Amino acid sequence: MSLLKTERLEAYYGDFQALFGVDFEVGEGETVALIGANGAGKSTLLRTVCGLLGSMRGSVSFMGETVAGLRPEAIARRGIAMVPEGRRLFPSLSVEENLRMGAHSRRAGPWTLDKVYALFPMLAERRAAPATSLSGGQQQIVAIGRALLANPRLLLCDEMSLGLAPIVVKSIYDALPAITAGGLALVLVEQDVSLARSVSSRLYCLREGKVTLSGTSASFPREEISKAYFG
Amino acid sequence: MIDTVVQGVLLGALYALFAMGQALVFGVMRLTNVAHGDFIVLAGFGAVALAAAFGFGPGAALACLVPLALAAGYGLQRALLNRTLGRDPLPSLVVTFGLSIVIQNALQEVFSADPRSLASGALATESVQILEGVSAGVLPLVILAAALAAAGSLQWLFGRTALGRAFRAASDDVETAALMGLDPRAVYAAATALAFALIALAGVFQAMRTTIAPADGPGLLLYSFEAVVIGGLGSFWGSFAGGLVLGVTQAIGFRLDPGWGLWLGHVVFLAVLVVRPQGFFPRTR
Repeated sequence: MSLLKTERLEAYYGDFQALFGVDFEVGEGETVALIGANGAGKSTLLRTVCGLLGSMRGSVSFMGETVAGLRPEAIARRGIAMVPEGRRLFPSLSVEENLRMGAHSRRAGPWTLDKVYALFPMLAERRAAPATSLSGGQQQIVAIGRALLANPRLLLCDEMSLGLAPIVVKSIYDALPAITAGGLALVLVEQDVSLARSVSSRLYCLREGKVTLSGTSASFPREEISKAYFG
Repeated sequence: MIDTVVQGVLLGALYALFAMGQALVFGVMRLTNVAHGDFIVLAGFGAVALAAAFGFGPGAALACLVPLALAAGYGLQRALLNRTLGRDPLPSLVVTFGLSIVIQNALQEVFSADPRSLASGALATESVQILEGVSAGVLPLVILAAALAAAGSLQWLFGRTALGRAFRAASDDVETAALMGLDPRAVYAAATALAFALIALAGVFQAMRTTIAPADGPGLLLYSFEAVVIGGLGSFWGSFAGGLVLGVTQAIGFRLDPGWGLWLGHVVFLAVLVVRPQGFFPRTR
């Protein structure tokens, strides 16, 4: 059974329709990449799954139960966490307070503050610093740690590498195996297609709010992805 | 001169109490409660009514009113004010403005337009000499102590507790806070409950210190606004300081000319708004 499944999902910003009948599926423990150009609807899809977009049609089910129409906090408590685009750390909270916010819903699971500090020792050193005083890469790691502390079943990561140096991006992606080791399913929205392919088992390509390609990441020739991406 | 400043500080402590409730609600949910002053007056009349009906003193009245205010604040936020929040500030302004009118007229209906006061026995008349030639009333000193305690506890609550962390997170970015499983409606209701506890305290003190009349609310709202703006939204000590600045300015004005007190307070408020619109303790990011 799939962990997350959307069927014929449509999403709207006012009169503007951003998603057109998207069927999207993530299995237990699976890492799925979501690629596509700017404005293709990748972030909209994640936001709709999280309940942040009130205006939607179609179905979203998580662990076999429908979650469409639930409030974001209710969906979060069921075990979907998000690393939002642009990190969205709480500026008036310290690094550690940001992490503790992640644990707000007190879901049981493997991740504790100490485990996150063990995975990212840099966070422990800067725990008392205001979150926004950190570098972009460090802030991204805080956002990941914060999402992990929710002990989710499904983690949605929106453009983690945006605006970061390649070496920083690599260090973040190097941590992914440790993150998914406990059976956590992952959706990665990523601009870097080759990076997205290398870390995922399946991928979806979105263009203008529609799925233009989906299947096993390794199976597609470059031209086919390029065609799905740009049309 | 020293006497004037001391009396101003003691007056300002009451304004600080008004301001902290306002700053708490505005800081957490960007809601401007236009009925803030009217709720203070309502609490004062609540104490007057308890005194008349059961002979309750101010202490007993507070023991009744504070839990009631906590529940009323929570309920009001859940049932009404949460529905007015959003990007547009207008609905919450209109709704609280409406509440203000309802409270004023209901109080006038029940208590008539006459000013009332809450008898507080010896507390109201006793005073202590704090300096050569300067004495302070016991009641104003109690109010100052309460304002200090309120500012200190709120600062501690916001800085050191999980609830305070949730308040700050919701204030920073309520959408992301919801993604962490935080229910904004419940967090806002908790903030308003606390603000109403402060309102109950302020209302009883106001009724003890001077008189209250059903139409006093907007005036008290103005003082609390001015104190919040002068202090800035960075901390509750800012609201406290803002209240003191306003109180001292008014006291100096009254000393110069009995007609100048409130006027000089407004002038200083406007001057701060022009010179330092973020207040003396601005929010730090």
